[in-house]
Amino acid sequence: MKQLIPALFAGIFAAAALQAKEVTLLNVSYDPTRELYQAVNPVFAAHWTGKSGDDVKIKQSHGGSSKQARAIIDGLEADVATLGIASDIDALHEHGDLLPENWQARLPSDSTPYTSTVVLLVKKGNPKGIKDWGDLVKPGIAVITPNPKTSAGARWNFLAAWAYALKANGNDEAKARAWIAQLYKNVPVLDTGARGATLTFAQRGLGDVLIAWENEAHLALKEFGEQFEIVIPSLSILAQPPVAVVDKNAKKHGTEQVAEEYLKFLYTSEVQELAAQNYFRPLDATVAARHAKDFPKIELTTIQQFGGWKAAQPKFFGDGGVFDQIYSPKP
Amino acid sequence: MSTAILPSAAAAEMSATAPLTLPNPARSVRGVLPGFGLSLGFALSYLSLLVLIPLAALFLRAAGLGIEGIWHELTSARVLHALGLSFGGALAAAAINTVFGALIAWTFVRYDFAGKKLFHAMIDLPFALPTAVAGIALTALYSEHGWLGAPLAQFGIHVAYTPLGIIVAMVFISLPFVVRTLEPVLEEAEQQLEEAAATLGATRRQTITYVIFPTVAPALLTGAALAFARAVGEYGSIIFIAGNLQNVSEIAPLLIMIRLDEFNYGGATAIAAAMLVISFAILFGINLLQAWSRRHA
Repeated sequence: MKQLIPALFAGIFAAAALQAKEVTLLNVSYDPTRELYQAVNPVFAAHWTGKSGDDVKIKQSHGGSSKQARAIIDGLEADVATLGIASDIDALHEHGDLLPENWQARLPSDSTPYTSTVVLLVKKGNPKGIKDWGDLVKPGIAVITPNPKTSAGARWNFLAAWAYALKANGNDEAKARAWIAQLYKNVPVLDTGARGATLTFAQRGLGDVLIAWENEAHLALKEFGEQFEIVIPSLSILAQPPVAVVDKNAKKHGTEQVAEEYLKFLYTSEVQELAAQNYFRPLDATVAARHAKDFPKIELTTIQQFGGWKAAQPKFFGDGGVFDQIYSPKP
Repeated sequence: MSTAILPSAAAAEMSATAPLTLPNPARSVRGVLPGFGLSLGFALSYLSLLVLIPLAALFLRAAGLGIEGIWHELTSARVLHALGLSFGGALAAAAINTVFGALIAWTFVRYDFAGKKLFHAMIDLPFALPTAVAGIALTALYSEHGWLGAPLAQFGIHVAYTPLGIIVAMVFISLPFVVRTLEPVLEEAEQQLEEAAATLGATRRQTITYVIFPTVAPALLTGAALAFARAVGEYGSIIFIAGNLQNVSEIAPLLIMIRLDEFNYGGATAIAAAMLVISFAILFGINLLQAWSRRHA
């Protein structure tokens, strides 16, 4: 017994010492990355242990991108934010001063380690003959897309359609507005998130076409198999879901180093491969070449052509913006 | 906050009654039941912590917009439509439930039939079911490919993704309130009174309007008020079955969520405060009606 007690104490101290070395990282992300980060986290944990000797435990939180941003502003202590859209991370600066304004310049390629795009998902055999955006405004076509007010994916969808409308109408913005109003007349339901819209289309069988993230469309194919097929539109948008260290929280937790390393790790070929396997378009050229058949070439516009999110967000999706004007009678 | 008010209020009451008659004023104020101060203090603190302080914070935050800002937010066509839909839908749902809930309660109390216990237990299901489950189930059932939605669609009636779907969801989740508040009252109501009315020559209709209805009216109103309150606040099930289209099928709680997602906290709290005020006014009205019907029963 007498020997046991010191041994016990030693054990407790040893445990405490181990405990101190374990760091926890909270990654607050948006909906479709759930599977991706489940694959990435154990790989990074092993990498970090090998590099620093510390154990790192990564917690994931997923939800609609804007909701997640709001949760961080309201006090969810995220060490890193990996959201669906840059404007949601901008909001962390504007509304919470949690990171510097130039956050997007801190990591390569606008802090975007993987990208995606917007594609169309139709029923097998394409019974309504939908080939491109132009077919979506035809009478009798029901289009499923989530609400751009609440869903980051829906905002990319909207801008991809808008880019097409501009191109098809010779950059005439008034005509593009009329076209996009026509498109949203064919939308019978606006789900609050991308996953909800996928379920409405795939599971409840509502609508003829789903406008979706490319990775979400692939997931639907994987989940529901042969009932659907992907239609690649003539023009789409480069969807950039960015990542950032939430400086204020990381500083408070003393996790700045590991958080930064975590995000840099996303650019390694190892993670790029995982991203490609989860149907995100990888940045790494060799990985991209390996998965070329999964990611057909599409003409892509970028958010920069709309003046970046800081300009596009209020113009299109702000209160009284282009999207609101579709639904309200002329002011 | 409340505990600070309490002693002075009690003291004021004591001093007001002290000179009147009894030698021991404290005891006279408190009555025969001990523990008045403690229980009132606890009740008020509890209420303040859980209800008053959060609500005050809500109004405070909305006030940050200024009167002009609040007015601008609340008078936009979209907000007015959402509020109208939420309150109109909830009133419709409460009305429907008052009629059919009363019928169900009557059936359960006055008749015996096979499987009654089973049906009886089912009434509480909308209480227990997570609202999202209710929403998904109702949507699957009423969508154009659902068991009920498909035949209805042939008649041109669309339930899912229309305001009608919102009312269906509201009726579903608020049904138990009317049935459960009415049942005990119906059980207590003396059947002899109905028999007496019948022997005195009252017709069946007269028995219902003059004997049964006045006894159950207060409970019916309580049930309707609870059903209404539940329906106004419902979010989870409705967002599944409503189309969530602006100016068509967007309920006020969803608009609050959308305002929050636009980082427009002021706008969100302004709508929330408006909902609170309107709900309070309607519930207060129902309470007055109830007091009136009790007096005239």
